[in-house]
Amino acid sequence: METILLFAPLIGSIICGFGYKYIGEKAAMWTSTGMLFLSAFLSWISFLTFDGVTQHIEILRWIESGSLSTSWGIRLDRLTTIMLIVITTVSSLVHLYSFGYMDKDPQWKEDESYKPRFFAYLSFFTFAMLMLVTSDNLVQMFFGWEGVGVASYLLIGFYYRKPTANAAAIKAFVVNRVGDFGFALGIFGLFFLTDSINLNDVFAAAPKLAETQLTFLWTEWNAANLLAFLLFVGAMGKSAQLFLHTWLPDAMEGPTPVSALIHAATMVTAGVFLVCRMSPLMEFAPEAMAFVTVIGASTAFFAATVGLVQTDIKRVIAYSTCSQLGYMFVAAGVGMYSAAMFHLLTHAFFKALLFLGAGSVINAMHHEQEMTEYGGLRKKIPYTYWAMMIGTLAITGVGIPLTHIGFAGFLSKDAIIESAYAGGSGYGFWMLVIAAAMTSFYSWRLMFLTFFGKPRGDKHTHDHAHESPMTMLIPLGVLSVGAVLAGMLWYGSFFGHADQVGKFYGIPVAEASAHGETSDHGETDSHGESTGHSDDTGHGEAAAEGEHHYVFAGEPGEGGLYFGKDNTVLDDAHAAPAWVKVSPFIAMLGGLLMAIWFYIINPSLPGRLAQAQKPLYLFFKNKWYFDELYDAIFVKPAMALGRFLWKSGDGKAIDGFLNGVAMGVVPFFTRLAGRAQTGFIFTYAFWMVLGIVALVTWMSIGGGAH
Amino acid sequence: MDNILSIVTFIPALAAGILALFLRGEDEAAQRNAKYVALFATSITFLVSLGIYFEFDPANTGFQFVEQADWLLGLQYKMGVDGISVLFVMLTTFVMPLTILASWNVSTRVKEYMIAFLLLETLMLGVFMALDLVLFYLFFEAGLIPMFLIIGIWGGKERIYASFKFFLYTFLGSVLMLVAMVAMFADAGTTDIEVLMTHTFASNSFEVLGIQITGGMQTLMFLAFFASFAVKMPMWPVHTWLPDAHVQAPTAGSVVLAAILLKMGGYGFLRFSLPMFPVGSEVMTDMVLWMSAIAIVYTSLVALVQDDMKKLIAYSSVAHMGFVTMGIFSVNQQGIDGAIFQMISHGFISAALFLIVGVIYDRMHTRDISAYGGLVIRMPAYALVFMFFTMGNVGLPGTSGFVGEFLTLMGAFQKNTWVAAVATSGVIFSACYALYLYRRVVFGDLIKGGLKTISDMSMRERVIFAPLVVMTILLGVYPAVVTDIIGPSTEALVANYNHSLAAADLTPATQSASH
Repeated sequence: METILLFAPLIGSIICGFGYKYIGEKAAMWTSTGMLFLSAFLSWISFLTFDGVTQHIEILRWIESGSLSTSWGIRLDRLTTIMLIVITTVSSLVHLYSFGYMDKDPQWKEDESYKPRFFAYLSFFTFAMLMLVTSDNLVQMFFGWEGVGVASYLLIGFYYRKPTANAAAIKAFVVNRVGDFGFALGIFGLFFLTDSINLNDVFAAAPKLAETQLTFLWTEWNAANLLAFLLFVGAMGKSAQLFLHTWLPDAMEGPTPVSALIHAATMVTAGVFLVCRMSPLMEFAPEAMAFVTVIGASTAFFAATVGLVQTDIKRVIAYSTCSQLGYMFVAAGVGMYSAAMFHLLTHAFFKALLFLGAGSVINAMHHEQEMTEYGGLRKKIPYTYWAMMIGTLAITGVGIPLTHIGFAGFLSKDAIIESAYAGGSGYGFWMLVIAAAMTSFYSWRLMFLTFFGKPRGDKHTHDHAHESPMTMLIPLGVLSVGAVLAGMLWYGSFFGHADQVGKFYGIPVAEASAHGETSDHGETDSHGESTGHSDDTGHGEAAAEGEHHYVFAGEPGEGGLYFGKDNTVLDDAHAAPAWVKVSPFIAMLGGLLMAIWFYIINPSLPGRLAQAQKPLYLFFKNKWYFDELYDAIFVKPAMALGRFLWKSGDGKAIDGFLNGVAMGVVPFFTRLAGRAQTGFIFTYAFWMVLGIVALVTWMSIGGGAH
Repeated sequence: MDNILSIVTFIPALAAGILALFLRGEDEAAQRNAKYVALFATSITFLVSLGIYFEFDPANTGFQFVEQADWLLGLQYKMGVDGISVLFVMLTTFVMPLTILASWNVSTRVKEYMIAFLLLETLMLGVFMALDLVLFYLFFEAGLIPMFLIIGIWGGKERIYASFKFFLYTFLGSVLMLVAMVAMFADAGTTDIEVLMTHTFASNSFEVLGIQITGGMQTLMFLAFFASFAVKMPMWPVHTWLPDAHVQAPTAGSVVLAAILLKMGGYGFLRFSLPMFPVGSEVMTDMVLWMSAIAIVYTSLVALVQDDMKKLIAYSSVAHMGFVTMGIFSVNQQGIDGAIFQMISHGFISAALFLIVGVIYDRMHTRDISAYGGLVIRMPAYALVFMFFTMGNVGLPGTSGFVGEFLTLMGAFQKNTWVAAVATSGVIFSACYALYLYRRVVFGDLIKGGLKTISDMSMRERVIFAPLVVMTILLGVYPAVVTDIIGPSTEALVANYNHSLAAADLTPATQSASH
């Protein structure tokens, strides 16, 4: 079954991409979409029936060399099944949505069949993504990793006539390769130290790596920290974290369904998945994890600031994605991998919803993407409006504080913020709370600019704004359900008590009364918040804690995730003080009120503020000038260096030197060669024969060959 | 068939002889006959060589299908293949029919052209099979002559300059190699390669003109061979002949040059340098590893700024050969497996890339990148094939290009992490130049005048690419077809190398890790 769900998208992609000439466009598109729905159906079955025991399915031998032995295969555990449903669900909905969105695309001429190509790329992407998450070793993961990169490249550059799209596509691929550079080195290091790159062997060796020193480049490093760091560099590229984030906003050049699928719900979360997948290694790499936390928190903050001032609807959501990925990394960084996965899951629903909703708006507005040209669309496209509203409620984290009732983002985001606090990362906690306020602000800003107020921009476009077809509205509906319910439904599995989480992931838990005490110690030791604990006993979850206390007791590699013996973040997060738990809610309210004031009550304020704070505004508007900086320190110098090496290195130094040497020899040959072209060849042959004759003569004199 | 190796080697030469003796006239019929004879001969060669592939026993790490006979002047004719050479033989016989097909539009001196290619095939096959020093040298050097003719007669405008450069480089290298061969014979008393591989050459250090020569004779012999192989490879900084030669050569010439001739250098390192001069190799590994790493970054950067498609791909070839030398001189199983794999894979991918340039050169008669743009609109099949091999060239997992790069880097990491890190950055640069090239040629809008009527690939062109696509995917998805064959032989090679070093009281340098 797993093999079928894995290969169905590939088969769909091949049939659609190569066969559309024979079976017709419509049939081709339905084939790939059908294959995706099949895959999604099987994924849900495997998610719902998964029993917690990790399965390994080998398909074919792959790279083998000496002690290196890898194969194509499937590793099925809880982490995989979560990713399976996220990928196939969103992907099948995006396929369906594309029937409407890609129909009669004005970028193409009448007779050009671009649609089968689009569907083939989407299906191919899905296949690569599935290979990534099901892999049982790091090379197959790398295969998926680069495979999704290619699909992303092809889809960003889908409108190949547009120079900006082509540039964005290359940028995405190259920046990702910078990350892959780290990822690859991490793989080499793991093989060097553990003699294997199969996940099970690596996990088993993780405790030993923590005690190993590895000489890498200029100095010795703790192996676990170094390798975890290198792998994380790969994750930074794929998940567009600070310093390697520049490609994601540009990736919005691709069609909107692509942005929803690849650049919001699935591919960009691969980095988070990688860190969670490698949790057995990460747990032994505290310094690398601290780095993960800092990068995640900084990205969440940075991207949110930029999102505040963007006017392109897709770019706002792109920065929002970047920021939300930062949240997930903070959760993983403090050791609360299940919270990261929780947010990954809920985010997939509400962010795909927001993107597809934005696509519906763009579709209604004849491919206008500037929010300054929108306004008052509430009545024109009511279904889209409500879908976007649900997405916004979910991303900003609306819910009832101190309960488990709320939109998806409410539960998962709060889980992360509590984990950040409990994990002892003050920087992470405050950055995320501030980012939550900004998230709320820019999300509502988007809503108000688009759907409220008076219509701005071209009157004709507004008059003809129309609701999207059913193929586009159905996916919005399904995702809306997910955005409302996903959080409440799975709160217990991802962020409940250790026994719930353990059961869900297949991690053994120990019920040890003595452990309750140990865990208390852990808290008091790490940060003096034991006062918060007593505070918390009033809440439902802590009451149960008093009776049965469970702790994770798995070995590295057992179950979908690994929590170290002294990792008590889950308990500590549940025991966080009430002000911590309500802080994201307050931040959200603050952002909402600000947005109302700025865009409903006093719409001229943003412009005046931008004037008054011009430098800051420009700084945010120009994305902190990262693109300009990279262009100046990487792109231009690389080109200049290339030119220098070519003209001066190859040309002057090497050829010049050889010419100098040859000066004495060449005229002699030119004279010979000058007579006839073939004369030159014969000269060479002559020299060679002369050489052999000399050799043979010498050998005969020297005693013969025998 | 006891002498299958000789049969395979000399079928093309026989066909060349038939063409030379019996084909008369320059009319169209004669031209067509010449093409068909050449295609037929190379195809038969390939089919017969499949016998070698299927009869080959990978578990046997010695030489197989060995033939030995007396030759003139008391010299020995000795041929044989082992796990290291057999796939190069297969690569050669596989690529040659495709190059003949790719030359279908040649119209000047067709007979001579075909004779040159057929002779070239015989000589290249001889290089990979010869087990006698003199025989090897003969094949190795004589192979240059048809290549000269191909560049010199059917080449571009500046073919004379390119030939001169080629000549100067290879000549200097060959002279040194010849000297070393004489010295080897003087020391070991035989020219039998099999015997020489087990002979231990003196490795005690000595001084020449006040310079301490660590590793003594072995180091000197290593350097002499190195001079020849490094030029062939070509390694930085003796690579500058290659871009010129490629640019001037006709498409089929470039294909053979990139796919097969370059591999002679790598093969030479594995056949001579490592097994015969282990101490000399070990002394020089650091230098060679660094030359490789520099080559990868240097030539990738240079490739980034090229305006000529063929030059760009030529520079990219040099970068890929950097991975090969890096893998070989990591002297561990992953490194050497990866190096051989990379050479085989590059044989398919670079051949395809030069053919890809050839397709549009045939139509537009320019290699200037700026003359193109938007080809995808009129040539979708071409765009697809080009994209596929671009991805192969950047080492995308799932194509054969990945396996070689990955294994060589893995091998290098165990030897020297600096080299590995510098070389790994090559994966970033390769993406830059390859995608940038693709974008400028294939993407964008079709606005340049002459391109408006350009036609997509013909059936003949598709037939040429099909086997290359199949091999690139096959090797990328199921590399065991290569690694199963080379594995035992490389393992033995590495074991012998380490054994020889131990005998000389040396331990191979590796990266260190401690608990």
